[in-house]
Amino acid sequence: MLGPVGPWLAMIGFGAFHGLNPGMGWLFALSLGLQQQRERVIWLSLIPIAAGHALAIGLAVVLVLLGLRVVSLAALQWITAGVLLLFGLYKLFNYYRHPRWVGMKVGAGDLFLWSFLMATAHGAGLMVVPVLLGVAGSMEGHAAHTGHGESGGVAMLVAVALHTAAMLLVMGITAWFVYRKFGLAILRQRWVNFDLIWACALLVAAAIAALMAL
Amino acid sequence: MALWKPDPSFYPSAKMAMQAPPERHAYVAALNIGRNDQPDGIRVVDLDPHSPSYGEVVHALDLPHLEDELHHFGWNACSSALCPYAPHPHLERRYLVVPGIRSSRLYIIDTKPDPRRPRIAKVIEPEEMMAKSGYSRPHTVHCGPDAIYVSALGAANSDEGPGGIFLLDHFSFDVIGPWEIERGDQELAYDFWWHLAQDVMVTSEWGTPRQFENGLVPEDLLGQKYGHRIHFWDLRKRKLSQTIDLGKEHQMALELRPAHDPRKTYGFAGVVVSTEDLSASIWLWHQKDGLWQMEKIITIPPQPADADELPPALKDFGAVPPLVSDIDLSLDDRFLYVSCWGIGELHQYDVSDPFKPRLAGKVAIGGIVNKAPHPKSTDPLLGGPQMVEISRDGRRVYFTNSLYSSWDDQFYPDKMGGWMVKVDVDPDGGIQLDPDFFVDFGETRVHQVRLEGGDASTDSFCYP
Repeated sequence: MLGPVGPWLAMIGFGAFHGLNPGMGWLFALSLGLQQQRERVIWLSLIPIAAGHALAIGLAVVLVLLGLRVVSLAALQWITAGVLLLFGLYKLFNYYRHPRWVGMKVGAGDLFLWSFLMATAHGAGLMVVPVLLGVAGSMEGHAAHTGHGESGGVAMLVAVALHTAAMLLVMGITAWFVYRKFGLAILRQRWVNFDLIWACALLVAAAIAALMAL
Repeated sequence: MALWKPDPSFYPSAKMAMQAPPERHAYVAALNIGRNDQPDGIRVVDLDPHSPSYGEVVHALDLPHLEDELHHFGWNACSSALCPYAPHPHLERRYLVVPGIRSSRLYIIDTKPDPRRPRIAKVIEPEEMMAKSGYSRPHTVHCGPDAIYVSALGAANSDEGPGGIFLLDHFSFDVIGPWEIERGDQELAYDFWWHLAQDVMVTSEWGTPRQFENGLVPEDLLGQKYGHRIHFWDLRKRKLSQTIDLGKEHQMALELRPAHDPRKTYGFAGVVVSTEDLSASIWLWHQKDGLWQMEKIITIPPQPADADELPPALKDFGAVPPLVSDIDLSLDDRFLYVSCWGIGELHQYDVSDPFKPRLAGKVAIGGIVNKAPHPKSTDPLLGGPQMVEISRDGRRVYFTNSLYSSWDDQFYPDKMGGWMVKVDVDPDGGIQLDPDFFVDFGETRVHQVRLEGGDASTDSFCYP
């Protein structure tokens, strides 16, 4: 379709999507800034949140690399499609379930942990595995037979960095607009059911993985 | 269950919740304890001034069991669902969680599709509640960000403590288990609420089931054996972090009302009676150098009375104690309402400066000696201001007259019935009884009131 840039664009797109989700961090950062009456807190809080998210995605990279050692790319794509389908269906009927976390008094370490927990529990890393496989696959074509594990690994880490940068940017823009322009009332009017959209996105990712395997 | 937009009754901040539309009906706990074969239930009262049935009971939901003794109850979900660390804004404020304090049975009551004809959706039987939670005598219900929290006054299958808090699942209403991980020497329980932004839970002390179920135990009161401490907990680690003893003479520390604005770290606690001088008191908790402190900010003195006019329980004292049994704080944290159930007065204090409260208004109705009538009531009224509820905009206050079956009979031995009245609030301070609003429930007694869409003692907010 888009050739070699397709997976990269998809990583950035998923980053923007994850960043937009209020449950992934910008809302937490905003509330901390409001609570402490310091705008800087909002922007500073986004950094550990993005880092925790990046770790969750990085964990997916590790799983992909380990998987590629054991099975072929095509087999891993099928496995990914199957896991995503099952998890997506589970989330579709349990989209409202979140990990238990009761705490508003948080430091950078807490935010990092919280973000990692939320991203992992909601399958943020799992969601981008098909795209990571795409990135690894495109590298394989380029660096013909030079041990795809290594170059694929580096490429996937770059993809994680791009994903995280896109997420951070969208979180920042969203928080800025709510803080400066719209006010908290927008939460009442515009907060669509992101958990349900998220479950659908998992199913879409399952379909992508299946298409790539075909 | 799947909402696309957040429940419209959820508000990020208390300030925004004050702009909510006026409530159109109330749910009221109706009690028939000791009246042969009549169950407790929920009554729906019409509060829409444009409705022809305004101020009347428009529906009676009777429970299928006897002797439940409904006391406090609450909503399954509220504005805390918007809290940022685990938001689930697409839950609905739909179910009333209604505990029977005597039976230890929990009813989940569905207010949809017709909010004026609520139905029972689920019953959690006492055996299940006690086995899973380790507690009995469920009391206060609060909709938390991550679960429904319920306080309980006794240990499972026992008339003694410890009482504590247990959790209900937001979605299935299954009993998850006890909340505390480390309770320290906390033994007595009653009310609880929190400072969500501070990760702090506050709990109060009434007594064990043995101390209240068959009436006030005079020896325990004079022996200062009822609760007189306030506990502060780490909400995240679920362990006790600090306890403040108000002094043994301050018997029964009941209702807790933290400030609604998450940036404020203070709140109010009501004490029923002092064994020194029969006065009642309001205490302020606040933080200083990371530690909680409490000080008495309001003292309400007893009123002298002839022994002939007093019930047997009070004859020796020659005075009526105010008996502060409920307090409630308006959503703007400005007015604190205080029920003086013994003397039959509702006080309104301006607590803009919480250290220097100012009496801003007062109404008199009922009372052990005065029995002051309402413009619409035919006879002198028994009971006094008790469970108070404030509308979200702070302009209307509703209250009922029954405290607890066996205690009602000790202090008002002449067979009191149930009534509910309304008070209109001047935005600058001052209150007066609405002469046209008087709901007569006959022999059925009434306790907690919950308003459509939320009220001043339901929602907690994570944003200022």
